[in-house]
Amino acid sequence: MDSGSVAWMLMASALVLFMTPGLAFFYGGLVRGKNVVSTVMYSFVSMGVVSVVWVLWGYSLAFGEGGPFIGNLDFLGFKDVSSDPEDGAMLFAIFQMMFAIITPALITGAIAERFKFTTYLVFLVAWITFVYAPIAHWVWAGDGWLFQMGALDFAGGTVVHINAGIAAVVAAYLVGKRRGVDRGVEPHNVPFVILGAGILWFGWFGFNAGSGLAADGLAISAFLVTNTAAAMALVVWVILGHIHTGKMSGVGAATGAVAGLVAITPASGFVGPMGAIAIGLGAGVLTFYAVRIRHKFGFDDALEVMAVHGIGGIWGAVATGIFAVGGIGLVDGNAQVLGYNVVAVLATIAYSFVVTFIILKILDVIPGLGLRADEADEDAGLDVSLHGERAYVGDGAD
Amino acid sequence: MIKIEAVVRPERVNLVVEALIDAGIGGYHISNVSGKGTQQGVEVFTGRGAATTTRAALPKTVITTVIKAGLQDTVIEAIVNAAQSGDGGQIGDGKIFVSPVSEVIRVRTGEKDEAAL
Repeated sequence: MDSGSVAWMLMASALVLFMTPGLAFFYGGLVRGKNVVSTVMYSFVSMGVVSVVWVLWGYSLAFGEGGPFIGNLDFLGFKDVSSDPEDGAMLFAIFQMMFAIITPALITGAIAERFKFTTYLVFLVAWITFVYAPIAHWVWAGDGWLFQMGALDFAGGTVVHINAGIAAVVAAYLVGKRRGVDRGVEPHNVPFVILGAGILWFGWFGFNAGSGLAADGLAISAFLVTNTAAAMALVVWVILGHIHTGKMSGVGAATGAVAGLVAITPASGFVGPMGAIAIGLGAGVLTFYAVRIRHKFGFDDALEVMAVHGIGGIWGAVATGIFAVGGIGLVDGNAQVLGYNVVAVLATIAYSFVVTFIILKILDVIPGLGLRADEADEDAGLDVSLHGERAYVGDGAD
Repeated sequence: MIKIEAVVRPERVNLVVEALIDAGIGGYHISNVSGKGTQQGVEVFTGRGAATTTRAALPKTVITTVIKAGLQDTVIEAIVNAAQSGDGGQIGDGKIFVSPVSEVIRVRTGEKDEAAL
């Protein structure tokens, strides 16, 4: 790997890492003021737990040459993962670590304001091991079955977004509705939400333009389509919001941008600028109405992880098969990749759903764990009851 | 001595305070509150900004001041003039509550009642 690419990939890895604190602010602004430390911590603690798991066994399970379904234990503790730039193995493992960190953090939007923090730490370890690592292997490892089949996921539409969206539905369903949610929860800090979305957008350039693993034309193209899709979906959300409510929501604009970023993720290495416009447009419309109809279903996906990441990710995976240029996509008369990607979407949904369900069911019955914080803790706010901290300490006089 | 509690629109607070000082009051304090009177609620976005809901409670500001009984009519007139919005007043302009005060003590000196105002 040339030194320019090494420099870019180190930078891109740092950009992807920075998305997780960005997500923390994005989610933190959306919850009530009594749960903002808790919500921020769900994301931030993943930088600790998942980094350690990744170095110890996560990378090995995801990218060891173990067969079509899972890696092996060859790289435990990053053994034999070479830092030689010619080889690039450690650089790839670092870049992939940042993806593993943010993916379970995305799920926490669904369980915010009520999930027990101690149980969450165990969940992080189990989910990375049994859900994330296998799916990453299927899609991105050279011997993974979806990779071998020819499914195309440039930067993680299936592995990251659909996976997190489906796990979010399961987790929201199992942990139950927040107390008092039927009165409608108003985001407590809209500037936090927009700050967080801005950081996510910034970091996403590393996520997508880094996924070609080189500083080359593909990275440049991925950069442009990433920005374009985010922009288009933002505009769609603002306009649809105005049509339906007469107002233009800042949170809506932030949500639209993230939805566009999600949808372009799998496609970012394969589509051109006009494909990105189409993907952003579709993402905006689909996720906007997904958020509006989610309330008719009986689960409290508090921060709409399924609607934004699940639906946005599914659209992105399908749209990759439609809009990919260079003879790959439906627009070029090739339906094969579209078919492969539909298989990849269905496989991800099924596996993530079943295994996340099993993990959470087990955690729920282990004495001392359990999914749900105590009622009194939830009412007082998880910040004070579980973290011993308040985000906003009055006027500072106390 | 009487206590005046004036619930007003937050955006009229500065005008009301100026009018109170012109009317000769000694001091006041201000609280930001939310609540509901005759006025209907405010429409706000919930969740991810795709739908709105109506919040029953609106933001209001309460200005509290304790005055000599003789100032009552002047002060009330000053508040009404300053707090009333355009076209001879709108629903939501606020309300004034008047109540007797039995005792006032200045912490620094121990002075009592009107001398302490």
